Amino acid sequence: MKRDYLIMLVLLAALIVAPMFIYPVFLMKLLCFALFACAFNLLLGYTGLLSFGHAAFFGGSAYITGHLVRNGFDINFTAPGFLKFISLSVDTAPLTPELGLLAGTAVAAALGFLVGGLAIRRAGIYFAMITLALAQMVYFLALQFPFTGGEDGLQGVPRGRLFGIFDLTQTYTMYFFVLAIFCIGFWIIYRAIHSPFGQVLKAIRENEPRAISLGYDVDKYKLVAFVLSAALSGLAGSTKTLVFQLASLTDVHWHMSGEVVLMTLLGGMGTVFGPIAGAAIVVGLQNYAAGLGEWVTVITGAIFVMCVLAFRRGVVGEIGALFKK
Amino acid sequence: MTEIFGVPVQALFGQLLVGLINGSFYAVLSLGLAIIFGLLNIINFAHGALYMMGAFLAWIGLTYFGINYWLALVLAPLVVGIFGMLLERLMLKRLYHLDHLYGLLLTFGLALIIEGLFRYFYGISGQPYTVPEALGGAWNLGFIFLPKYRGWVIASSLVVCLVTWFVIERTKLGAYLRAGTENPKLLQAFGVNVPLLITLTYGYGVALAAFAGVLAAPIFSVNPVMGSNLIIVVFAVVVIGGMGSILGSIVTGLGLGLVEGITRVYYPEASAVVVFVIMAIVLLVRPAGLFGREK
Repeated sequence: MKRDYLIMLVLLAALIVAPMFIYPVFLMKLLCFALFACAFNLLLGYTGLLSFGHAAFFGGSAYITGHLVRNGFDINFTAPGFLKFISLSVDTAPLTPELGLLAGTAVAAALGFLVGGLAIRRAGIYFAMITLALAQMVYFLALQFPFTGGEDGLQGVPRGRLFGIFDLTQTYTMYFFVLAIFCIGFWIIYRAIHSPFGQVLKAIRENEPRAISLGYDVDKYKLVAFVLSAALSGLAGSTKTLVFQLASLTDVHWHMSGEVVLMTLLGGMGTVFGPIAGAAIVVGLQNYAAGLGEWVTVITGAIFVMCVLAFRRGVVGEIGALFKK
Repeated sequence: MTEIFGVPVQALFGQLLVGLINGSFYAVLSLGLAIIFGLLNIINFAHGALYMMGAFLAWIGLTYFGINYWLALVLAPLVVGIFGMLLERLMLKRLYHLDHLYGLLLTFGLALIIEGLFRYFYGISGQPYTVPEALGGAWNLGFIFLPKYRGWVIASSLVVCLVTWFVIERTKLGAYLRAGTENPKLLQAFGVNVPLLITLTYGYGVALAAFAGVLAAPIFSVNPVMGSNLIIVVFAVVVIGGMGSILGSIVTGLGLGLVEGITRVYYPEASAVVVFVIMAIVLLVRPAGLFGREK
């Protein structure tokens, strides 16, 4: 515990001074993906559920936030046929960034409730396939809904003013806003893991029948963990939209789901800091190897294979194992 | 012209035919997944990539070596099957004592590698593959013109599926396979070489995928992402059918293809998601899948 706090302090200090040395937009991207991976780790590492559909929450909330911050609520609904007297027309001003983030997170949580509710009806491999298929459905919907901008995506999302005071178009202001969001998200996950609730999750991971026989409503715990993970993934996706002022199909594509699995696996699943390290490695790799084009996919795949065959504890897991000796 | 619910009969039958063809691919692919899952307890994420590889091998064979369609139909599955057996021996084998999820992750990585390599060498635009001469043209069935090649795809997929079913359910080899699915340790104790059986099973499963790939080559354009788009739908098919029964996967595959075809006629906007919607409904009503057994 004490060591965790120490590492957190060092990490926080490093992240506060980092933008003086490293390109801030890259750091912001890293923080968004680190939060995404940490949220995913709550499910894979601590509950033992492999979701292959987390892109749906990440990308889904990216679209919601992007649309609300850019255009506001604009619902124009008229029931077809003789029911046409039922119509709903709402058009509000564009939302402020903090409300946009909250709305994106809320939608991701709701989506997580639907997807998780269905997926926990099956275990293991089926769970992975169901989440993947449902996320693909979200992808197709994103492709067809008019507000997502189809292949072009949502471009030109304004960053706006936080609480009407802080001008987020300033890179450093934005950076510290993103850092604050990351810290809040990370803290929620850390508290969840180390609470009695987190202990039950670990019990489910280790031995589900025993957790059931101890009287825990396993399905309920799984669902809560799923919704929490989905909501925080959504928060990461929404923040990413504000940073890049863009939400696109890449965010909801199954490659994104694969990437977050890789970050968690590479960093060390079931470790507190592993996903951060994994995200840093993967985002760094993508950034510096972007010129290699298709080779990035090949390299990503090769890292996957390597991790599974020889390196299952991940970077942080291996380091932790060294210290334990 | 006759109409059914406001849709011309010919348009309806045309879409049903397309649905039946997609259904044949679903059937062959989900059959391979089911066989592999039965014995290896692994969901083969690389199935789509190997299907794509089958199609590409056919195209490469024709373009660079003048290997015709019929030979490709034999050679491509053979090559992919051997490739699959190598993968099994070198990599998958090391994971059997671990959580099943690692098999999924490993094959996912393999799928990325294979897809990435083909994308690097051939780009993402499709390569055309001409229909073999003997199967050009169409039959007039009275109510519809059936292109010969499409008829061939449906017929040959069905034959392959049924032969596979027959071998598994009615022969000695199939009995070993079923015994291995139930209890591999006991089977080994009876002197059957189970590791070899596993390798061959994986090889056969992925050869089926490659066979489907060669069949698909003249219908869809041959491109590196053709497999990954298909495999996710096939996963949904597998969840709907449950992997307990061989005939179940065949029937589910064909049935869902038809449902997709019908949707494309009456509500085209939903045709891409209808399989996933059905999956959600099946999960609510019968979580084990239509033909699955609750474990």
